[in-house]
Amino acid sequence: MSYIIDRRLNAKNKSAVNRQRFLRRYRSHIKKAVSDAVSKRSITDLENGENVSIPKRDISEPTFRHGNGGNKSIILPGNKEFIQGDKIARPPQGDGSGGSGQASDQGSGVDDFIFQITQEEFLEFLFDDLALPNLIKRQLSGIESFKYVRAGVVNEGTPNKINIIRSMRQAAGRRIALTSATRKKIKNFKAEYEKLLNTDSILRNNKRLMQLEKNIEKLKRRLKKIPFIDDIDLRYNFHIKHPQPTSKAVMFCLMDVSGSMNQNMKDMAKRFFILLFLFLKRNYQKIEVVFIRHHTSAKEVNEEEFFYSRETGGTIVSSALKLTDKIISDRFPANEWNIYIAQASDGDNWNDDSPICRKILVNNILPKAQYYAYVEINPRRHQALWREYEIIQKEFGEYFAMQQIKDQSEIYPVFRELFQRKQEQTATT
Amino acid sequence: MPANKSSTMPSKVEKSISTGSEWTFELIDQYDKAIKKIAEEQYQLETYPNQIEIISAEQMMDAYSSVGMPMGYNHWSFGKHFVSVEQNYKRGQMGLAYEIVINSNPCIAYLMEENTITMQALVIAHASYGHNSFFKGNYLFQTWTDASSIIDYLVFAKNYISKCEERHGINEVESLLDSCHALMNYGVDRYKRPYPISAEEEKKRQKEREEYLQAQVNELWHTIPKLNEKEEQGETERFPTEPQENLLYFIEKNAPLLEPWQREIVRIVRKIAQYFYPQRQTQVMNEGWATFWHYTLLNDLYDKGLVTEGFMLEFLQYHTSVVNQPSFDMPYYNGINPYALGFSMMTDIKRICENPTEEDHKWFPDFAGTPWLKTLKFAMQNFKDESFIQQFLSPTVMREFKLFSILDDDTKKELEVLYIHDENGYKLLRETLSNQYNLSMNEPNIQVYNVNVKGDRSLTLRHIRHNCRPLEEENCNEVLKHLHRLWKFDIHLEQVDNDTVINTIHCPDPKMQKSDHER
Repeated sequence: MSYIIDRRLNAKNKSAVNRQRFLRRYRSHIKKAVSDAVSKRSITDLENGENVSIPKRDISEPTFRHGNGGNKSIILPGNKEFIQGDKIARPPQGDGSGGSGQASDQGSGVDDFIFQITQEEFLEFLFDDLALPNLIKRQLSGIESFKYVRAGVVNEGTPNKINIIRSMRQAAGRRIALTSATRKKIKNFKAEYEKLLNTDSILRNNKRLMQLEKNIEKLKRRLKKIPFIDDIDLRYNFHIKHPQPTSKAVMFCLMDVSGSMNQNMKDMAKRFFILLFLFLKRNYQKIEVVFIRHHTSAKEVNEEEFFYSRETGGTIVSSALKLTDKIISDRFPANEWNIYIAQASDGDNWNDDSPICRKILVNNILPKAQYYAYVEINPRRHQALWREYEIIQKEFGEYFAMQQIKDQSEIYPVFRELFQRKQEQTATT
Repeated sequence: MPANKSSTMPSKVEKSISTGSEWTFELIDQYDKAIKKIAEEQYQLETYPNQIEIISAEQMMDAYSSVGMPMGYNHWSFGKHFVSVEQNYKRGQMGLAYEIVINSNPCIAYLMEENTITMQALVIAHASYGHNSFFKGNYLFQTWTDASSIIDYLVFAKNYISKCEERHGINEVESLLDSCHALMNYGVDRYKRPYPISAEEEKKRQKEREEYLQAQVNELWHTIPKLNEKEEQGETERFPTEPQENLLYFIEKNAPLLEPWQREIVRIVRKIAQYFYPQRQTQVMNEGWATFWHYTLLNDLYDKGLVTEGFMLEFLQYHTSVVNQPSFDMPYYNGINPYALGFSMMTDIKRICENPTEEDHKWFPDFAGTPWLKTLKFAMQNFKDESFIQQFLSPTVMREFKLFSILDDDTKKELEVLYIHDENGYKLLRETLSNQYNLSMNEPNIQVYNVNVKGDRSLTLRHIRHNCRPLEEENCNEVLKHLHRLWKFDIHLEQVDNDTVINTIHCPDPKMQKSDHER
């Protein structure tokens, strides 16, 4: 007799644990591959996983085996022209002499073990060791999510929620309560009946005996009428909704789009913003993004317009900061939202404006925000804005960070530096 | 021929089981019953009960990477295997095996859901009746593995190891397993019959054993001298008195500093290695036998009119690609195909029994012309690859494969063709090929030679060289490091040729440390 079993519905990820073990063991290799990849490819590709290659030698499992040399005879199939005693020139030994010492660092040689990690894993390695500063403001946000929790036992409910033990206990209690008087009477009658029965038959009051019998009978019938379980005994489990606190974050992307910012700089800014967005997304369930662009005046725009439309003219950074402040007060009360602001600019500003920026930041924005990151995309010298911001950083080091990006490959390192784990940050400053 | 057959078809009463290529559970059941009927009634194949499991491609990859064990303990190397299988499969560089079969009772065969009904029937015939009867009949499997207890043992092993991970940390357990895996091929008894394993017994006795084992080890490493020791002690006596081939066993019993749980894990790896040992020794026979039977059984189905010609065409296409043997100079040549060699040999034994030629009578006087089924079963039951080839490889098959032998001697400049498939060569070709399947010739012969019990506790191994073949150095050093991790004292590996020690490898390497200083 054969059994035919359909196993297709069984878990298919039996190897998941082993795969994790493998990734764990080669963590350093993978991390290196990930950070290489980030500097190489465009950050918009972050939706994909990544190929990781590990030199075969690092990954091999050794066993005792024969090396080359000695004399051995082997049997081969498919003889065409050889006859006994033929001599053949030794074919060049391709991979012999056991790994020639120099492991090739460059690229993926034939010897590399190449595999793919998923996007999820990619991001995990990407953001490994990074932490969001000043994390977590949890808010009861009224609407989103509820969880049902137990809230005792009640008298009313639907049949699927009957609490059997409590119902039976209730029924037992009711039966005891309703029958006790009757049972007491029966007991008395019985005692009397016994007594009468034991007396001499001549002295016996037979009439009374009959009456007692009748009484007991009657009472017993009454007992039987008490129901075993009744509607009023039923008890139901009760559940109530508990609102679940959710953590919400809003991310402000501020970008200078004045004439001095060229498309290349904007691209770099975009990459930085996307990195930040992905990072926030891993930490918060709900995240909103506000795009604000500015030249001499600021405007809230959609993503498309934010990154791709061109403007010309001068630069007044404070306009963007004012708008940010306004939007925060209008739509994102600071006690509910975790507010992150990232600003990208080439550092150009109308000179008199920079002190104003500082004032707005220090007085209005920083007290409400979790973190403010400023990146200057500028291969040249710093200008007034940078210097003003340096003052802020001294004061608000915990909430405020600034970095300069000179070229594409620096985006990821700068990002890492901005979000390095807290302990390290305090240790270095 | 097929035209001929089809003309006789209508006269047969039975209707073909299926016409399309989709499979259903009913169809699989019908095929199984039809195949079973032929296998049992016509050929008296003895099998364990079958358990046929339909799985998806992903599950097949899982099964693959746990080396065919239905469950295994967790280890990164299985993960690595899985990752590479997955990678190759996704890139389309590799098809998955159509089946995996496990030597257990009931015999579990996995069928992949992507297969057509033809494939499923082929796999049922191949795995559930071919391999299955081999597992049940062959003497190696009979004596060395216990089909009924393997699943339970694997469950025990998995649980035990994950408990160790909880108690001692993943890293600790992982590195121990690394070391054991490196020595896994040296964890088998080649000649002694092992005790059958039983999970229940294991669990019950495991605790006891831990203590007992430790006590024994303590006895060995007793440092306080006994009173009458001087008299007992012959100066030259070695420990162990006889060289030991089973390194893992030796470590389990004698390593001075292992904790009881570590000994248990060494034991688990050793037991699993032992379980797979017969499979490694009977590849040609096992695959040849299974291939022979799927070929025979499906042809019988066809003769009975149970399958269509379309079915046969598809089946023959798979079959021919399975038994294809590329010649040595083809780019995709990858050694001798065990399916091809095994199938040819099995078919040829049948031919020799049924239609022996003069040559066959000369070479196989014992069985030429006898009933083929009996002879074939005898061959399946009583041999392993090495002896099977030695006994049954016929000149016909050698000619069919155009086998020739090459001598690769590092003292000579050129390779030499020693023998080819002709009258002079048959005997020697056969002997060389047989040796090629002798595991103990293929793997370096390394044994425990001595332990310096009274001194520095160093462990000395001996590699007996065969035909001057040296060890591959890089690997060897790595393995010695693993061995050192288990033994925890110095390891010496002596390479012996013609009873003289020609060089010794040490771990940790004293030269290495010195040269580091010099630099």
